[in-house]
Amino acid sequence: MNTEKEPVPLEVHDLTVAYQKKAVLWGIDLVVPKGKLIGIVGPNGAGKSTLIKTIMGIIPASSGWVKIFGEEKNLRRVGYVPQRESVDWDFPVSVMDVVLMGRYGKLGLFKRPGKADVDIARQCLDKVKMLPYANRQISNLSGGQQQRVFLARALAQESDLYFMDEPFSGVDASTEAAIITLLHDLKEKGKTLMVVHHDLPTARNYFDMLLLLNMRVVAFGPTDEVFNYELLQKTYGGRLTILAEVAEAVRQKS
Amino acid sequence: MSKRSYKFALSLLFLACMAQEPLFAARIGELTETDWKIQVIRFLSFRDPSVRYALAGSILLGISCGLLGSFIVVRKMALVGDALSHAVLPGVALGFLWNTTKDPVAIFIGATVAGLLGTTVVNLITQTTRLKEDTALGMVLAGFFSVGICLVTMIQHLPTGNKSGIDKFLFGQAAALGPNDIQLMGIVTLLAITVITLFYKEFLVSSFDSGFAHSIRIPVQLFHHLLMLLLAFAVVISLQAVGVVLVSAMLITPAAAAYLLTDRMHRMVFLASIFGLLSGVFGAFFSFLGPSLPTGPFMVLGASLVFTLCFFFAPKHGLVTRWWVKRSRSQQIQVENVLKAIYHVLEDRGFDGEGVSIRELADQRKQTLEESVRESKMLKRAEYATLLEEGNMIWLTPEGWQRAREMVRNHRLWELYLTSAAQYSADHVHDDAEKIEHILGDEVVRALEKRLDYATTDPHGKKIPSSESIQKDRMGRREKVPGYGQDI
Repeated sequence: MNTEKEPVPLEVHDLTVAYQKKAVLWGIDLVVPKGKLIGIVGPNGAGKSTLIKTIMGIIPASSGWVKIFGEEKNLRRVGYVPQRESVDWDFPVSVMDVVLMGRYGKLGLFKRPGKADVDIARQCLDKVKMLPYANRQISNLSGGQQQRVFLARALAQESDLYFMDEPFSGVDASTEAAIITLLHDLKEKGKTLMVVHHDLPTARNYFDMLLLLNMRVVAFGPTDEVFNYELLQKTYGGRLTILAEVAEAVRQKS
Repeated sequence: MSKRSYKFALSLLFLACMAQEPLFAARIGELTETDWKIQVIRFLSFRDPSVRYALAGSILLGISCGLLGSFIVVRKMALVGDALSHAVLPGVALGFLWNTTKDPVAIFIGATVAGLLGTTVVNLITQTTRLKEDTALGMVLAGFFSVGICLVTMIQHLPTGNKSGIDKFLFGQAAALGPNDIQLMGIVTLLAITVITLFYKEFLVSSFDSGFAHSIRIPVQLFHHLLMLLLAFAVVISLQAVGVVLVSAMLITPAAAAYLLTDRMHRMVFLASIFGLLSGVFGAFFSFLGPSLPTGPFMVLGASLVFTLCFFFAPKHGLVTRWWVKRSRSQQIQVENVLKAIYHVLEDRGFDGEGVSIRELADQRKQTLEESVRESKMLKRAEYATLLEEGNMIWLTPEGWQRAREMVRNHRLWELYLTSAAQYSADHVHDDAEKIEHILGDEVVRALEKRLDYATTDPHGKKIPSSESIQKDRMGRREKVPGYGQDI
């Protein structure tokens, strides 16, 4: 293994994000090791989605830098599962069309997905047990099925670093179990996965590492070490209101 | 509603301003005959160059509007199209003023710049204030349009220059198109088709899921601006034939109609272009029939007609279609329930005897004789039964007998499944089975039979007809129908 030679999947240094001068993330520092399943937890408005979107450059950062496999603005090896609610499920596309979008990043300009891409997409759909639905229009799917389609699309990306935004929200128990199995399989293959998660009790069992986030990194480490009362209190407790007030005051002055 | 009424008011204002100059005076082609038959022949023979230009122009604008309109509709930007089309008017007027003549290139440039300026102002307002997009669009649309109206009115009163044609930009006149216009329209249509074809997958993914598109390194903003630019082009080339007031409908309506017909984007784009084309030709044709009829309203009328047809009769999403499916579904359920009742009557007497009387059916269904007569006629229409002349006896046909047994089988299988596998108690399962029996498919039935180990009696001790015996009867069935013969 030449893992020592390869740079870490993700390194974030002093990342700050502000919406209209209102800071939502302060000075985020992260060094994410390879082959881990990492949960990002924190209260509502802690900036969990914002963090992964900023890392991918969807939201511009105010300051700081992000290196993915040692390079800035390097999204080639990144896979993404956005929040299910972020798209219009009445959009005129089939399940297969959506999964094929996972191949677009590899195709480059002007090229259409070919037979090889369709084969890969079919395999990915099979892995999430959605192959029989390949030709369905996406509006006929249940919440759990929609989430499986998004996962299949991410699988089709064949990436090494994945960002997933609440893949467990609004899905049934069997889908949740299927997803977690899938995530563990990916991890076994040496992929790194960062998953935004809102349910604390399950977070403890699902993830190797946890990133406790509340506008800043409260703690980042192996689940056993960081999942304790003190740190969770720090993440979810009352003290964050002061930070929010400061942010508001800064916004008003500037 | 309010938007429409102010549009109407503005249009009236405009017409009032031009009252001293009759609308038809500036008509190109100067057709004095009004006999519609002659006009039809004239249109269809393509003798007249203005007819040829009008037709070519309408086809081109229909295609490009439908094509780009599809993306506008799925991106929920219909209002943006509307604002853009109104914002171009001052540009048209300024382009005209450039050398006080109808120079297509000057007008094209002026209109495009004005349109893009309008959308920029909208973006500026939404980004720097807390006003939302719909408010910004509404203001910009009306503001730019008023400037345009003032300028156009001013041009109308200019003492010098060739003013002919400027008035056509409000409601459109396809017959006013010249060879230069057609050339420009051809270029824009070709450009739109090329760009959309080349970047189809980029437009698709950034329209569906812009966050994801961003994460796979697609310059989402760039494609958005490219689409807006093409949209501005499409609006501008359509102005002369459709008019400022209605051009947004040519973007939206054909695409909306196509959306009702298909669930796939590429088909929607194709259908919308066809609908746009048809509406264009429709408008060009009907506006040609009378003197000084504007083209725009007729085109939009054509598009609305297509939409109305899709709204009512689209195979999957149509209103009438859905009603019809529901109605035939409920009729089918009723027929199946009657079949089941007949089966029960036959079963109660040990499948013995010559068919079922109307009275027996009425007793079984707990209804009046008239209702039973009506239902027996439904069976006859479905060829599930034959009736005696006087109408008081019913015999099932082999098809009816088979369907009846399938229903009973489904019902009893489901009851058994609920009691044995889902631990329902026997008196709770009937109502559920009443619904489920009509929708169980062959595959599910086979799975159920297997799961229940090919059980032969239901929770109430009644015999379950097996799929195997139903299947066997399908081969040499005639003699096995009760009333015709012996066994079940």
